[in-house]
Amino acid sequence: MLAGTHFINGDVSCAEGAIAAGCRFAAGYPITPSTEVVERLAKRFPSVGGVFIQMEDELASSIAIQGAVWGGAKAMTVTSGPGMSLMMEHLGYAAMTETPCVFVNVQRGGPSTGLPTLPGQADIMQAKWGSHGDYRIIALSPNSPQEAFDLTIECFNLAEEYRTPVLLMMDECIGHMLGKVIIPHASNISLRTRHYSRRKAENYKPFEPRDNGVPGFVKAGDGYRFHMTGLTHNEEGYPVMTADAQRILIKRLVEKIDNNADKIIHVQKSKLRNAEVVVISYGITSRIAQYAIEQARKEKIKVGHIRLVTIWPFPESLIRGITDQVKAFIVPEINMGQIVHEVERAACGGAEIYKLSHAGGSVFSPKEIYDTIVEASK
Amino acid sequence: MNEIANPMDKLLRTDRIPHIWCQGCGIGISVNCFAHALEKLELDLDKVVIVSGIGCTGRVAGYLKLDSFHTTHGRAIPFATGLAITRPDLNVVVYSGDGDLAAIGGNHFIHAARRNVNLTVICVNNFNYAMTGGQVAPTTPLEGIATTAPYGNIERPFNLPFLADSAGAVYVARWTVYHVRQAARAMAQAMDRKGFSFVEILAPCPTLYLRRNRLGSSLDYLKMYKQKSRIMNSAPTKTAGLDNKAGEIIVGRFVDKEMPTWRENYDAHHKDRLASRFVAYGG
Repeated sequence: MLAGTHFINGDVSCAEGAIAAGCRFAAGYPITPSTEVVERLAKRFPSVGGVFIQMEDELASSIAIQGAVWGGAKAMTVTSGPGMSLMMEHLGYAAMTETPCVFVNVQRGGPSTGLPTLPGQADIMQAKWGSHGDYRIIALSPNSPQEAFDLTIECFNLAEEYRTPVLLMMDECIGHMLGKVIIPHASNISLRTRHYSRRKAENYKPFEPRDNGVPGFVKAGDGYRFHMTGLTHNEEGYPVMTADAQRILIKRLVEKIDNNADKIIHVQKSKLRNAEVVVISYGITSRIAQYAIEQARKEKIKVGHIRLVTIWPFPESLIRGITDQVKAFIVPEINMGQIVHEVERAACGGAEIYKLSHAGGSVFSPKEIYDTIVEASK
Repeated sequence: MNEIANPMDKLLRTDRIPHIWCQGCGIGISVNCFAHALEKLELDLDKVVIVSGIGCTGRVAGYLKLDSFHTTHGRAIPFATGLAITRPDLNVVVYSGDGDLAAIGGNHFIHAARRNVNLTVICVNNFNYAMTGGQVAPTTPLEGIATTAPYGNIERPFNLPFLADSAGAVYVARWTVYHVRQAARAMAQAMDRKGFSFVEILAPCPTLYLRRNRLGSSLDYLKMYKQKSRIMNSAPTKTAGLDNKAGEIIVGRFVDKEMPTWRENYDAHHKDRLASRFVAYGG
């Protein structure tokens, strides 16, 4: 391990986080601005017992990792922009087959090829809804190179705990931002291990949930002779084409996340007590928002900050709980309005909502956010 | 009266039978060949994994009593690639159809062959998309009728053994479901070889392809296979196209060579470059 203090960018830090989390298989396809993650893995893996393979496209990458997971690996794929769109089918496949794995999206401007080298935060709703059908997703958003390390580990932990794909939603700025990253000694990193079923093959059902709604895992080659499919399936893992089977399965896939949302969600709250205006932000935008907020507080404006570390599930009860006390929520994001709809839904008309949109390609200036804070506080 | 069990029942998920395939379909015959291949090899079946894509042949994984993965359309090979690379102790078999492997999955097919991933790929070629009702496939013969080629197919079909060979497969064979013993032997050989092995099995689709093209029953088609097949082991795969004027079906073992697998190359190369710093996967 590379324990110690490093000066590295978010992409490299993410790769180190994956290694620290025990990820030993990665598959990817080159795409800006995420490529440095897989370049780092390709360099580091052979000396830590890992394997990186550059696949022929993102569809291949996003399912090769799942093959490795069913062989017992912890695995990750990394992409940006159009690559994320291609991976959507296999994000859904991982959700349906309860395959614990991590997808990293270093967001750039879109749609389509968009702005390959410039930042965006417009894949937030895609992260939640991008694959067809109903499922729930977990997505985290780092705002520093250090967090790219820390949250990559957290992504793996959540993936194992809930047997689900987890997204690390970086953005180009964080991916390419150089900063101090402290990598702790392995003994100081808390890892959640995969829960392997202890049942005998005769009475093991691959998709029978435990008390927390999550089935115990088995891997290929252990004598279980199990079946797994992306079709709607029963607890045995066999396809069942009925509304009943669909209801039981989809309800469980949704509820295993929904029912644990409070445990999953992590936000950074700043100066919420007595706040009349609250800025809600994430990723690179949260750093700029924090600066604008500090300037406004110097002017005695009562403004607080909710920084979303977890984007999905969305902390709606937190927003709902403070709606009565605040005059306004300000939601700056590098898209034409995505998380702001979640805020509107949670606030339910109880506070004014300022949508602060940015089409991408650069970041907000602190002044744009500052001015909105001033306006909202009036 | 005691029920007489089929000797292959132990390899099947009997609780999943009856299967979904039509009467006269060739896929079941290919599965029987595969079961015989497993018997012949005397493998530890706990270490045999089957991966399928989508389609009629994609359902094979669900009927075999093995660790079995029914993946997404066209992506059985990359799923199997991740598994085979990290678990060289497993015998990973991709079992899927012509549309799944040669159309939507065609890119993965050539790249896995190029990389020489340690996989056995069995392709049941029934010349059309059967699960969805008989659409034109990249294997449909010229002028063949399909629902999406109602006036006949205008595209040249793939010669799959040639494709596999050109991309680097170390073992390439083609048989029909008439040639059950040869097909079983080819499947066993393919599984026995290290690296990317490919076996094409030509099979009738009576409900859609035969009926729509007025080619008779499956039995008629088996008789046709018997009459028109020509065994040409080691034939250049370029000559094995099914669109030849004589209407011959060239079958046999075309390629059988040794090459290090992707994983073997990965380990050897990095051991050479990194010396004592190299740590093998799982080590």
